[in-house]
Amino acid sequence: MSAAGDAGRPLLEVADLRKYFPIRRGIFSSVSSWVRAVDGVSLRIAAGETLALVGESGSGKTTTGRCILRLLEPTSGSVRFDGIDLLSLKPRAMRRMRRQIQVVFQDPYASLNPRMRIRTIVREPLDIHGIGANRRERDEMVAALLRRVGLDPGMGDRYPHEFSGGQRQRVGVARALALKPRLIIADEPVSSLDVSVQAQVINLLIDLQEEFKIAYLFIAHDLAVVERIADRVAVMYLGQIVEEAARREIFKNPLHPYTRALLQAIPIPDPSRARERQVLRGDPPSPAQPPPGCRFHTRCPSAVAECPRVEPPLLEVGPGHWVACHLHPGPAAGR
Amino acid sequence: MPRLLEVTDLSTHFATAAGEVRAVDRVSLHVDEGETLGLVGESGCGKSVLALSLLRLVPPPGRIVSGRIVWKGTDLMRLPERDLRRVRGREVALVFQEPATALNPVFTVGYQIAEGLIVHKMMKKKEALREAARLMEVVRIPDPARRAVEYPHQMSGGMRQRVMIAMALACRPSLLVADEPTTALDVTIQAEILDLLMSLKREFRLSLILISHNLGVIAETADRVAVMYAGRIVEEAATRQLFASPKHPYTAGLLRSIPRLGEAGPEDGRKRRLAAIEGTVPDLLAMPKGCAFGPRCPDVMPECGERVPALRPLTAGDRAVACFKHHDAEGRPR
Repeated sequence: MSAAGDAGRPLLEVADLRKYFPIRRGIFSSVSSWVRAVDGVSLRIAAGETLALVGESGSGKTTTGRCILRLLEPTSGSVRFDGIDLLSLKPRAMRRMRRQIQVVFQDPYASLNPRMRIRTIVREPLDIHGIGANRRERDEMVAALLRRVGLDPGMGDRYPHEFSGGQRQRVGVARALALKPRLIIADEPVSSLDVSVQAQVINLLIDLQEEFKIAYLFIAHDLAVVERIADRVAVMYLGQIVEEAARREIFKNPLHPYTRALLQAIPIPDPSRARERQVLRGDPPSPAQPPPGCRFHTRCPSAVAECPRVEPPLLEVGPGHWVACHLHPGPAAGR
Repeated sequence: MPRLLEVTDLSTHFATAAGEVRAVDRVSLHVDEGETLGLVGESGCGKSVLALSLLRLVPPPGRIVSGRIVWKGTDLMRLPERDLRRVRGREVALVFQEPATALNPVFTVGYQIAEGLIVHKMMKKKEALREAARLMEVVRIPDPARRAVEYPHQMSGGMRQRVMIAMALACRPSLLVADEPTTALDVTIQAEILDLLMSLKREFRLSLILISHNLGVIAETADRVAVMYAGRIVEEAATRQLFASPKHPYTAGLLRSIPRLGEAGPEDGRKRRLAAIEGTVPDLLAMPKGCAFGPRCPDVMPECGERVPALRPLTAGDRAVACFKHHDAEGRPR
């Protein structure tokens, strides 16, 4: 749907992805309604590129990532990786495909098996996919991986609880790197880390991308972090993408009122700067009962009469800049 | 401005199987009337234990081992538990990070706000419930009369945090201690809650201790900032001074390591790395000798590994720092 860089066919292409979760009620557990967690998301990522998927809790950004990995089965839509339709793959073929698509989770406490040594955790993907001639060769690969993410290979015999949060996230990154993936889906990889350590992990991700030309789908809520690492940014609200543009464009020229509110809401660590902030009122509505028309209209400071009635389509309003808002009808629409 | 709270050399230790943990180590700080003190530090630095220590609420095996906590002229350390209860909640109120766990799931939020009024202010239940609904309006909960009879699980995180603030305000305290009040919330909701706290502060002439790991939150709310590292305050200064010219290498490193909007560099160039502080926070059970920041410090000197620098005033400005770059072992400025 949107710009995919110059490389021609994108590495990842997601079209009209939907994931509805049933809400069951009553003794027969009949489905009374659906939570539309992801509701028509399309995105593209070129090789070696970082697309940041930004949004607050309940926006569907994590569900989108999980559907791409098929950790969740999407309700509809298509996910193509390197031209191959992932959703039609049999489990075995999908497992093979996961060599190329790896994941780093938010919580390094929960995502590492506490009973496994670090060495085994990082070696596990190599074992599963039968990489390397023998165990010894694989152990050497593990040592190199640990060194690459800034850990002492001598620490490989330790268990996750012996590591700090930042070190554990490095282990998570080493495990994701083990199979030399072309795409890493990183779901809030630094948001549970302290600031001083967060910077170390962001730097590591930037360096690894440069070295191995990995593409990232970087799922995050912190726009200041996103500005460091993203090439393009897509903003989600209640299951849909409301704006997408190149990094510089979205930070310099945000068009959707929600994107603007998000940017203004970030507290600035500079007391000498006066801030102008439009504080949004109210909470995001439930994705089980999204408002009619534009889903943001209930909190939007600039809503007009048609916003509650008509759902605005995602339109290209400038080169590579897409926005779904009645205030920005796009160059062709002319009102 | 009159002094509300003065803490001197407060230490809170935890006895664990592996040894004594000095969660709070000889901390001194003060809060004046109408002022917001920001307490900033990373996880495990002791800022939450310090907050609990102020009201002698440290759970065992934690224990305040020394220090004075003077509240409006009275040393709380010498106060019997019965008298202390008059200070807690009534004069000094706490707001915690996680409103989902701090609220009781089996009572309506209206009743939970009213409870403090019934206990502390001897109000009749009906009167207290009416006041509770009014307080919910004060904290900008829409449709307060209807929402007062809801249970915590029926509310969003932002609404629950408003309820917590209403509870804290119920007895008209003079000091609010807010421990990471917005950390569990989305950024747009965080902006609403901070906006609310600042206007309540003006309206009720509150003083505030705002504890946060987020330097942006601190910069926007605090008048003065104390920076904690491994149980100690390493620097204290007026907010503008601290952000404009940090003196402690840890403060400086922290300020450099945060990503700021608009500083990510040009579109086509290499992505700009952040200036991280190398290494990790020390294990409180295996603290390095001397300055706790020494092993990570870019300016470390031989004497840093021998003695712990005390928090000393700087000659320039009303500020203090615990670093041998700025004073010698006897506290004489360098």
